[in-house]
Amino acid sequence: MDFNFTEEQRQFRDSLDRYLREAYDFDTRRGIIGSAEGWSRAHWQQLAELGALAIALPEDHGGFGGNAFDTLLVMEALGRAMVVEPYIATVVLGAGVIADAGSDAQKAALLPAVAGGEQLLAFALGEPRRRYALTQIATRARQDGDGWSISGHKTAVLHGDVADRIIVAARTDGEIDSAQGISLFVVDADASGLSRHGYPTQDGQRAADLHFDKVRVGADALIGPQHGALPIVEKAVDAANVALCAEAVGNMAALIEQTVNYLKTRKQFGVPIGSFQALQHRAVDMYLHAEQARSMAYLAAAKLEAGVAERRRAVSAAKVLVSQSARFVGQQAVQLHGGIGVTDELAVSHYFKRLTMITMLFGDVDHHLAQFGGQLAA
Amino acid sequence: MDFNFTPEELAFRDEVRAFVDAELSPGLRDKVLGGKRLSKDDFIGWHKTLYRKGWVAPNWPVEYGGTGWTAVQRHIFEEELADAGAPATLPFGLRMVAPVIMAFGSPAQKEYFLPRILSGEHWWCQGYSEPGSGSDLASLKTRAERQGDKYIVNGQKTWTTLGQHADWIFCLVRTNPEARKQEGISFLLIDMKTPGITVRPIIMLDGEHEVNEVWFDNVEVPVDNRVGEENKGWTYAKFLLGHERTGIAEIGRSKRWLKQLKQIATQQPASDGGKLIDDLRFRDRVAQVEIELMALEVTNLRVIAAEMEHKAPGPEASLLKIRGSEIQQTLSELMMLALGHDALPFQHAALAPGYDGPLAGPDYGPPLTGQYFNMRKTTIYGGSNEIQKNIISKMILGF
Repeated sequence: MDFNFTEEQRQFRDSLDRYLREAYDFDTRRGIIGSAEGWSRAHWQQLAELGALAIALPEDHGGFGGNAFDTLLVMEALGRAMVVEPYIATVVLGAGVIADAGSDAQKAALLPAVAGGEQLLAFALGEPRRRYALTQIATRARQDGDGWSISGHKTAVLHGDVADRIIVAARTDGEIDSAQGISLFVVDADASGLSRHGYPTQDGQRAADLHFDKVRVGADALIGPQHGALPIVEKAVDAANVALCAEAVGNMAALIEQTVNYLKTRKQFGVPIGSFQALQHRAVDMYLHAEQARSMAYLAAAKLEAGVAERRRAVSAAKVLVSQSARFVGQQAVQLHGGIGVTDELAVSHYFKRLTMITMLFGDVDHHLAQFGGQLAA
Repeated sequence: MDFNFTPEELAFRDEVRAFVDAELSPGLRDKVLGGKRLSKDDFIGWHKTLYRKGWVAPNWPVEYGGTGWTAVQRHIFEEELADAGAPATLPFGLRMVAPVIMAFGSPAQKEYFLPRILSGEHWWCQGYSEPGSGSDLASLKTRAERQGDKYIVNGQKTWTTLGQHADWIFCLVRTNPEARKQEGISFLLIDMKTPGITVRPIIMLDGEHEVNEVWFDNVEVPVDNRVGEENKGWTYAKFLLGHERTGIAEIGRSKRWLKQLKQIATQQPASDGGKLIDDLRFRDRVAQVEIELMALEVTNLRVIAAEMEHKAPGPEASLLKIRGSEIQQTLSELMMLALGHDALPFQHAALAPGYDGPLAGPDYGPPLTGQYFNMRKTTIYGGSNEIQKNIISKMILGF
C-alpha cells in the first residue's frame, strides 16, 4: 500500500493546475458557457498539449498508459476550475469504451485522435421515461444486410451535440430490462437518420437528445460482443462515476477555500462573520465531508481494475458518500455566502450547480445505496 | 497510490494472524467478542503477551522498544487484533504519557518509567478533567505548592478511566495561580500509593464502574516527578491530546462491530417475519454506516502516512476523532435497534464471565443496550467533538 502520488504525477497535476489557474479563470469560463458552442476548442487543444487527454489512454494508441489515479488527478484539477469541456464524455466514457472493448481497427482510428484533441466522442445511454438501471434500453439495432440499422431515442447525452462520433447502446436482442441483448455501436455524428437536439445543462455544460431513425452502420461499427455489452457499459459507467467523484473532490476543495475566505472578509456586526462559532463549525463540517469524499474517490479509483463485484461495490459506496458530501458542501457554501450565494455572479453558485448535477449523473444516492446494500458482505 | 498489500505486507498479516491464533486464549477472545466485562488481569495478561513478542508499542520509536513498522503495518496489526477479538491495549501509558516522557521527560524519568510502561508493570491513568474543568481544561484548580524538593497537591480529578486499577496517574496541576490560566500549569507523575489519594467510583449510565473521582489531600510528590519545566505543563498537555486523538477512531473495533451488526440483523426477525437484514430501511442504515467506515479507514491511512512524514500528529487527528466517534455511536445504536424488544431487559449479571443463569432474549443481547448508552461518551471524551471542531477551525481553516 502506498498513499502518495509519484513525483511525476505531482508535477503533472501542478502543470495542469497552473494552466487552468492562468488561462481558465471564472470570467473565462463564463464567456465559454455563454458562447453559442458552449465549449472551447482552443482550451481543449491546450489540454491535449498538456497530455491531459492522453494520460490514461493505452501507450500503443497514442496514450501514456496511465491508470485510474492519473484520471483522478485530471478530474480533480478540472473540478477545481469547473472546466466544461467534454472530458468525461470523450475521454473517460468514449475512449474508455474503445480502449476496453474496441477492435484494433477501432482503437487505431479513434484513440490517437482523442489523445490529440481532434475527435470528440459521446456515449449515448439514457433514454426517456427511464431512470438509472443500465439495462433499461429500448433503442433497437436490427441486422440489415452485413450491417445494422439503429432506431431509438437517447436523452441527456453528455456533449452529444458536439461529438464527432457517438457510441450508442442499443438492443440487438431481448426485451427492455434484459441483461442480455445489449450491444454497442460507434456512429458518425453526421450519419443519415441521426438528428441531434443540443441544449445547455443546468451546470453550464452541454448535452443533447439524439433521435436515431434507421441509422445505417456497417458491421465494423459493432464494439465488443454482439448481445453481450452490458459488462462494458457497467465498467464505463463505473469509470465515469469515479471521474465524477474526483471532479466533485476538486469542486469541493475550491468551494471550501472560497467560502472560508469569504467568511474571513465579509463583515457584519462590525466583525468578520467567520468569527462566529456557528459558522466556523459549519465550515468544519464541510471540511469533514470533503476529506471523507476524497478518501472514497481514492478508494474507488483503486478498485476500478479490481474484480467486477469488488469494483461495483467500491464505486457505489464512493458515489453515495461523495454525493452526500457534495450536497452538503454545495448547499452550505451557498448558505454561508448569504444573498450573494444565490446569484449568478460568484463562482459559488456555479460550483453548487455542478456538484448537484454530479449527484444525479449515472445513479443518485438512493440508486447506489440500494446497489451497495444489495451486496452487503457479511 | 496503491491500495493493494505488497507481498511483504501480506506476509506480515499472516505473521500477525498466526501470532494471535497461537497467543489469544479462546476464553479471553469470547469475553471480548461477547461483550463481557474484562478484568484487570485480562488487560495486563494480553499486554504482557504483546510485550513478550515486542509488539506492545507500535507507536514508539525503536530505541525505546517500538516496532519500527510502516503506517500500513500498524494498520494491519490493529485490524487483525481487533478482528480476532483481542482486547485493546490501554492508551494511558503507551499512547498518552509515554510520548510526553519521551519528548519532555528527564533522562531519569525515561529510564525509570518507559520500560515499566512497556512491560505493563505500571498501570497508568489520566488526571486531566476536574468537576469544574471539562472542555475548558486550562481552568483546572488542583493546586501543587512547592515545599523544598516536594509539591503538596490538593484537589480533585474526575472521569479517571480504570483509575481503580492504576499504579500511577499523570496530572495537570496549578503551580502558579497568579499567571494566565495556561501559563501556571505543571505536569506531574504521581504514585497512586502516595498517602492522601482517594479513589471513588462513578457508576455510569450502563451500570458499569469504568471511571472514578480521584481526590488529593496534601499529597506529597517529589519535584523530580515533574515532567519538563514548571508552569509549562499546558504545552505538554496539548502534545498529549494530539496523541490521544489518533487511535481514538477505533476503526478496527468498528469493523468488527459492523460484522457483528450484520450477524445480529441476520438472526433477528423483521416485522414481516423475514430477516431484519432484508428489511430495506434497516439495510440502508447498515449500508450507510459501512460506507462511512470505509471512508474513515482510508482517511485514517492517509493521515497516518502524512503523520509519518511529519513525525507528529497534526490537527487532522481531530477529523478521525469526530467521524470515528460518530461511527461507533451509530454502530452501537443499530445493534441495539436490531434487538427490537429484546433490547429492553437490563441483564447486568449476564456481563460477568461464566454467567449461566436465565436469559431473556438471545445470548448476544445483554451487552448491546448498555453498549449504546456507554458509547455516548465517545463524542464527549478526548476533547468533545465540538472542541475538535474548534481545533480544525483554528488550525486547518485558519479562523
